[in-house]
Amino acid sequence: MASVDNPAGVIHDIGYQRYTGARLGRGYITRSLYVHSLRSAFGLGRSGKAKVFPFIVVGLAFAVAVVAVVVRSQTGSPFVTYLGYPDTQAVQVMLFLAIVAPELVSRDLRSKVLPLYFSRPLGRGDYALAKFAALVSAALLLMAGPLLLILLGGVFSQKKGWSGAGHEFTDFLGGLAYAGVYALVFGGIAILVASLASRRAVAAAAIVGSFLVTAPVAGVLGAIGGPTMQDLAPVINPVTLMQGIKTYVFRVHEGLPVGDFGPMYVAVAIALVILCVTLLLARYRKVDA
Amino acid sequence: MALIEISALTKRYPRVTALDALTVDVEPGIIGLVGANGAGKSTLIKILLGLIGPTSGGVRVLGLDPAREGDAVRGRVGYMPEHDCLPPDLVAAEFVTHMARMSGLPATAARERASEALRHVGLYEERYRQVGGYSTGMKQRVKLAQALVHDPDLLLLDEPTNGLDPAGRDAMLALIHRIGNEFNISVVVCSHLLGEVERICDTLVAIDAGRLLRADKVSAMTHQRDVLAIEVDEGTDELAAGLGELGLAVRRDGRLLLVPLESDETYDVILSVVARLDLPLHRLDQRRHRVAELFTDQEVPSGVR
Repeated sequence: MASVDNPAGVIHDIGYQRYTGARLGRGYITRSLYVHSLRSAFGLGRSGKAKVFPFIVVGLAFAVAVVAVVVRSQTGSPFVTYLGYPDTQAVQVMLFLAIVAPELVSRDLRSKVLPLYFSRPLGRGDYALAKFAALVSAALLLMAGPLLLILLGGVFSQKKGWSGAGHEFTDFLGGLAYAGVYALVFGGIAILVASLASRRAVAAAAIVGSFLVTAPVAGVLGAIGGPTMQDLAPVINPVTLMQGIKTYVFRVHEGLPVGDFGPMYVAVAIALVILCVTLLLARYRKVDA
Repeated sequence: MALIEISALTKRYPRVTALDALTVDVEPGIIGLVGANGAGKSTLIKILLGLIGPTSGGVRVLGLDPAREGDAVRGRVGYMPEHDCLPPDLVAAEFVTHMARMSGLPATAARERASEALRHVGLYEERYRQVGGYSTGMKQRVKLAQALVHDPDLLLLDEPTNGLDPAGRDAMLALIHRIGNEFNISVVVCSHLLGEVERICDTLVAIDAGRLLRADKVSAMTHQRDVLAIEVDEGTDELAAGLGELGLAVRRDGRLLLVPLESDETYDVILSVVARLDLPLHRLDQRRHRVAELFTDQEVPSGVR
């Protein structure tokens, strides 16, 4: 075809080519945004600097699981249960979300990239829901990986054969579901707070603040109130709210005492998630494009 | 089919009327939308994209109603905002690829088209660098590339030459001209600088305070309005008098004499007068009547030059 006079080759300007291929719809676009956001939550497809923090957190999450597996294989008794594992990760998940949620939403606000999204066939609600789903999935993945490791360790160190393995697996599913509740509630709060602040540092501080400020309030209310208040107060703080749900839903006896208020803990958690998503959608209906 | 049909379009905000009964149809090509800052250009663009709804009246873009078929319109239109809109810590190639997928292109096609779009705007080697390290000119090119990446039928460019130095402006205008003529994509260029867009546009739409000032083909605006500029080293007054006697409408503009070019004979008349008066002729050239001058004949849009 071309002459070989120039061994380095020539770049031919073939001019502008019209695109005749597929143009996929909103479902594909929303899914792509979800995958892109989930990847960036762990710093994938981003600079090396952006990978440092997520991978430290992932490393720590696995470290706890490795310790749990080793202890169990040596002593035979579970050191961290499937249901107990998410509780050990509460603070880490919170910190992870405090860094990642601003990464997913505040960054887009700050760099004013939203008009580029909204001038494409992507709804404002689609954007908000894709980001919410990505954040919840990231938090769930953070806990699901180590839980899987604990399951593998548990299956190989238990001594009851096939039925024992099945038993481990159902316990694992319970732990996974509990981790899912964590991810939904924490993720909902984190993404809503982050969507209100365009500065990443402010958003991160506000997220941590919303988790920490409620803890002493719940503590003080529980201390000064009567026994009813002691069962009721923990509902205010997301971390103790989770533990209350665990006590009620997963019938854990040594968990946080909630008295008769178990159903209320569940109702508050559901209402909290619905409220966060509703406010998030309202926020993105209003945001400048 | 008209590219954009705007009929009695009005947009009122609580305190200001951004667009006031604007009616104009534009044909495909490169369209200059000129007006001062605050004339309603950006509001019009957002209505064309279906991002905000009009108070009354309607628009059709590519035959579609953006208020009801927003997704269909937005899939076929590329938009380059006026302000900075790039995340600084992303690599340009990645960012444009992502934006291609956000327009519905499958992953492989998105990657290919992103490289193509960046090449067309003149970023090739640099496309694997982070946007944060780019110059203003390069950022403008990335913004144009993301608008172009999904091969739209219409490009809406809001002040594409903002913040560029003269060389950068020329390069950006040449690029837009190429997109309109070689790529066959219709382009609406918003600008508050009339002199800038008139060089590349087929059609000009001038708005002021949300009202239509004038909309016409650039060729129609400049038709038979060309003038000859004559400069002589001395005897300018005598020449002006001599030409005036022969019935030419002479105007003085500093050291220049401006004579409307009615036919080719005008050249002969001028030359014969110069020869008769034996004046040292320094310059005789044809000047295209600047569109800006057409507007100064009428109502002066505030801030348009």
